[in-house]
Amino acid sequence: MTEMSASSSTPQTFVRPAMTPERAAPVPTSGALAWIRDNLFPGPASSVATILGLLLLLWVIPPLAKFLFIDAVWSAENGDACRAQEAGACWAYVRQKFSFFMYGSYPREEVWRVNLTLIAGAILTVWMLWPDARGRGGAALAFFTVYPVLAFGILTGSAPFPVGWLPSSPEGQIIWIVLVVALFAIASTLFYLNRNIGWAIAIFGFIAWSELGSWWLSLGLPLVGTHLWGGIFVSLLVATVGIVFSLPLGIVLALGRRSQMPVLRFLSVMLIEFVRGVPLITVLVMANTMLPLFVPESWSPDRLLRPLIGVALFSAVYMAEVVRGGLQSVPKGQYEGAMALGLSWSQVTRLVVLPQALVTVIPGIVNSFIALFKDTTLVAIVGIFDFLKAVDTGRLDPVWAGPKISTTGYIFAAIFYFIFCFGMSRYSMMMERRHSAGRSH
Amino acid sequence: MRKSILANTMAGVFCALLASGSGVFAQGQPAKSPTLEKVQKAGALNCGVNPGLAGFSMPDDKGLWLGIDVDLCRAVASAIFNDPTKVKFIPLTAKDRFTALQTGEIDILARNGTWTMQRETELGLLFTATNYYDGQGFMVRKKLNVTSALELSQASICVQQGTTTELNLADFFRANNMKYEVIAFATSNEAVKAYDSGRCDAFTTDASGLYAERVKLANANDHVVLPEIISKEPLGPAVRQGDDIWFNIVKWAHFAMVNAEELGVSKSNADEQVKSTKPDVRRMLGVENEFGKFLGLSNDWALRIIKQVGNYGESFERNIGSGSRLRIDRGVNKLWNKGGIMYAPPIR
Amino acid sequence: MSDATSTGRPPPRDTRPVDWRALSVQIAIALAILWLGWHAIGNVAENMRARNIPSNFDFLFATAGFDLNQSLISYSATSTYGRAFLVGLLNTLAVAAIGIFFATIVGFAVGVARLSQNWMAAKLAAMYVEIIRNTPLLLQLFFWYTAVLAPLPGPRQSLSLPALGLRAPDPEATMAAVIAAALAGVALLAIRNQIKGSALKTAGFAISALFIILMIAAILFGPRILGFGEAAGILDISNGAYVFLNNRGLFLPFPSLGGAAIWFPVILLASAIGATGFAFWAKVQREEKGLIIPVFWINLLILVVPAALTIWAAGSSVSLDYPQLRGFNLAGGARVYPEFFALVLGLSLYTASFIAEIVRAGILSVAKGQTEAALALGLRRPAILKLVIIPQAMRVVIPPLTNQYLNLTKNSSLAVFIGFPDLVQVFVGTVLNQTGAMIQIVSITMAVYLVISLVTSLAMNAYNNKMALTER
Repeated sequence: MTEMSASSSTPQTFVRPAMTPERAAPVPTSGALAWIRDNLFPGPASSVATILGLLLLLWVIPPLAKFLFIDAVWSAENGDACRAQEAGACWAYVRQKFSFFMYGSYPREEVWRVNLTLIAGAILTVWMLWPDARGRGGAALAFFTVYPVLAFGILTGSAPFPVGWLPSSPEGQIIWIVLVVALFAIASTLFYLNRNIGWAIAIFGFIAWSELGSWWLSLGLPLVGTHLWGGIFVSLLVATVGIVFSLPLGIVLALGRRSQMPVLRFLSVMLIEFVRGVPLITVLVMANTMLPLFVPESWSPDRLLRPLIGVALFSAVYMAEVVRGGLQSVPKGQYEGAMALGLSWSQVTRLVVLPQALVTVIPGIVNSFIALFKDTTLVAIVGIFDFLKAVDTGRLDPVWAGPKISTTGYIFAAIFYFIFCFGMSRYSMMMERRHSAGRSH
Repeated sequence: MRKSILANTMAGVFCALLASGSGVFAQGQPAKSPTLEKVQKAGALNCGVNPGLAGFSMPDDKGLWLGIDVDLCRAVASAIFNDPTKVKFIPLTAKDRFTALQTGEIDILARNGTWTMQRETELGLLFTATNYYDGQGFMVRKKLNVTSALELSQASICVQQGTTTELNLADFFRANNMKYEVIAFATSNEAVKAYDSGRCDAFTTDASGLYAERVKLANANDHVVLPEIISKEPLGPAVRQGDDIWFNIVKWAHFAMVNAEELGVSKSNADEQVKSTKPDVRRMLGVENEFGKFLGLSNDWALRIIKQVGNYGESFERNIGSGSRLRIDRGVNKLWNKGGIMYAPPIR
Repeated sequence: MSDATSTGRPPPRDTRPVDWRALSVQIAIALAILWLGWHAIGNVAENMRARNIPSNFDFLFATAGFDLNQSLISYSATSTYGRAFLVGLLNTLAVAAIGIFFATIVGFAVGVARLSQNWMAAKLAAMYVEIIRNTPLLLQLFFWYTAVLAPLPGPRQSLSLPALGLRAPDPEATMAAVIAAALAGVALLAIRNQIKGSALKTAGFAISALFIILMIAAILFGPRILGFGEAAGILDISNGAYVFLNNRGLFLPFPSLGGAAIWFPVILLASAIGATGFAFWAKVQREEKGLIIPVFWINLLILVVPAALTIWAAGSSVSLDYPQLRGFNLAGGARVYPEFFALVLGLSLYTASFIAEIVRAGILSVAKGQTEAALALGLRRPAILKLVIIPQAMRVVIPPLTNQYLNLTKNSSLAVFIGFPDLVQVFVGTVLNQTGAMIQIVSITMAVYLVISLVTSLAMNAYNNKMALTER
């Protein structure tokens, strides 16, 4: 080669006489190193941030892991092992107290009733929320109507139907009989005239209930007063009752707020803005101390019922705003089309608008539920034994009392709430994505 | 829209119904005891108690309530139903207790409440008797080397809000011209927790409560209860005003227990004592005269109480005294003839 | 959930002339509500009479008889319930204001960090948001209260910061130095402004830095330089500790103003009004005449000089009050209570996680082309964020941000669980228990929160309108 180029002495075309020196390999744009450089050390400021972040992790994670796992006491008969200076989290305590955290003071031999209710609720919830599941509507209907009634009956042991509701005085009995007869007449007429079948069935159902009541009592479930209820069970109960009652109430309020009737609109707006403007604690205190004043002495509501009413009212106004967002997302053409078909306002709302609006707001409803579930911790202020309160009280057991007990209890509570709320929020985000994917044509 | 009208009509009917019902409920017969009738009809007594104060009222691991306040309610149930288990214990916070009694949710408030004038005049309650003579004290850490409450100047003190404790505390420091810092918590539990964590130098409540809380602390022996008692706290059960018969039943249930101790009648020997020749004992146990009838109860009301619950001394020892973990000395709660001030009028 | 979504489509309009049915339904509902309300009021009156519950507001003027540990106004056991209410209200407002301040800073930082190019920062921010958002606030408050208290020593073993001991200055000397420094600063500012017009930006910058250094130096060492002797300096490294930290709080020295104490807040308020007015005037000047006025520096003077003069006029009665161990606790100076600290920390961090999400959504709502165009113009990333993205994102951010501020204010009522005397703890807690006037107390408390909500909403709406106007 060299010879040839030397011999042909016409340097018209350039021929490189030597290999060019190797250049450094191009900076890789893929691979681990590149990723690290691009995402962790792109510039001086960013590098400092990364190092600070690493230091933070180093500062937090090893001691945390040591406390939670390495030094933790996993099983023990009492608090002696946990009181040791170098002991970490006292999981033995959580294991020992788990049934207290779960059920409070609910009689242990009756706990199957709580489990049954919780499992049924879980199945219904999953069914209702599972995307594309069959019969979701039916599950939702059951969850919002039959389930609460039966759950009430199972948990309290008293009849969930209005039996023996007022026959304590002769006047009351007479009025009761008159009412039942009148209702029966109304229902029969409606049924006979083939109008408002739904109402007729509802009224028949109401009458049937009072009969079912005596049957229920014959089951002989021991009564369990609400003062014994506690723990995770009560937290879930408060949140579920809040959702079950706040959704219908929220829909009514949202419709009221968008109503053409000024009186309805005014009342809805007033209620919504009033309750949204005050803290939940004051609503709970009001429900607890003032509610008994608003009714005659003999109807003073149960101690657990009062915060439930407060929570349902509180979440209803937030729910109303969520539903209102859904109602606003329904295109105007839907109203107009339905009106043009000659449907009445209630038909438009029931058949066209609400089904679309409610599907849109499922993520919003789930988010409300998360907020509500976190807020259930506040019912402790009116003396209800929710999960956090149970954790806080379990600490007082002299068998276990020790410096690590509170921390362990709080960490356990935090993990529980986190798993629950995080799972729900992921679900809500998934539904949002699905929904928006369906929307973008 | 027709449906809404129908709904309104129905709502109207319901409301009318409810209103008429309330009218029926609101009227009571002045001659009898409405509370006793209500209790007898319900088959159980509603008793408002402290949610967890060792020695006074606290559920054990199986949810069974124990304590001297609990015993008092059980005594009333024994007298009425001949069954001390026919009581529904309703745990109440300090905030709710008086309202619960006023609203009729409970029939007896046996929640270590202090007998004060304001509670009997403004709040419309009646305290039936004192079942524990108490006073407010302080608990401090041993290592502070404090021997008297008068050395607590500049101290931080944890207290439960909404009780007479908070007011007594302010009075004590004002009277002694000392400065202090108060940290008030919604519940006793939180106040003790803050004291335990070192936020406060002292925790204050009724002396009996101090002993009860002390056993719950991680290292009970590191804490000491100071000797000063800065207030009078006669604790006792309360009932609503306006039902004198019920007031008498609750009052005499306690007095029967105290008289039984004085007369030496106890749970174990009650059945033999029926044959006693002492007129005092015979009257108390319903062998002579008919004192039970005037209470609206059966004549062996006191016998039932003593057989099923025990006399005052037994209840005290079992729950607060040497038979319990608290081991509180009986002190002023001894009988009047043994150096204390526990005194019951005679049954005659 | 926000009010801003209310601008939706109205439902279809009913065009019939008079809808008697609708009218009758409304009348029926109104009557039903009135009837129920009338009955409820009747029941309340009946029940209150039966239970001897006070039905007037006289209790507000009765002696309270209990003590409170943290108060912005003077309060003792002999004060009235009404004053206890004021203490609680002011404490609530203070916690809300400070909490909102920190929540906004942390929230914006985390929200921006979540979208950072830096993987570590983005992931840490995401972790923070998820953990905080998905656990109950009450649990977090318990945690902070325990976490803040547990590791700290008792008052006798306080951690102290001896390195920065401060000592009472000679007031006249200090004031002379401050005023001298202020005058020098004004002179420097004048020079700086002359230079600023030219290309010598760096020089302007240097002069600003010099000004700051001069101010600080004048305050710390001025008296000594001016020849007032050794003892006159504020900074005193040799002496003992004056800042303490223990499980009763953080203790700091605090100036006690003696005779000037009454006038000081008034002067400060006047200065603040003056400074705001000046800032407004400067803005008008800038927008109309293109004049750039160094608002910050001049306002600093407006705020500092009158206050300094007041202290000077008060003369020798001015001194620094130091925390000292007296009995069980440290007394004197200023003190940050653990309850207050835990509450502000918990509320700020909790609300910040929600604000971060709002900020993130706001930033994402700004079209990507905006960033690209700004990059093409040669702006740096921080500048793009500050000048291009955030101003546009604010329009989306403000309505939900208002809600979060209100939530923080309402959530401050959780103070009752950790023993901080806020409105709910004092008024709905202790005062309600002692007086039993439940209707009045709950109504007053609710009204207070409603008014706060209303005022905040109005203020934020005004700001929102202002921001919306900039849209062209």
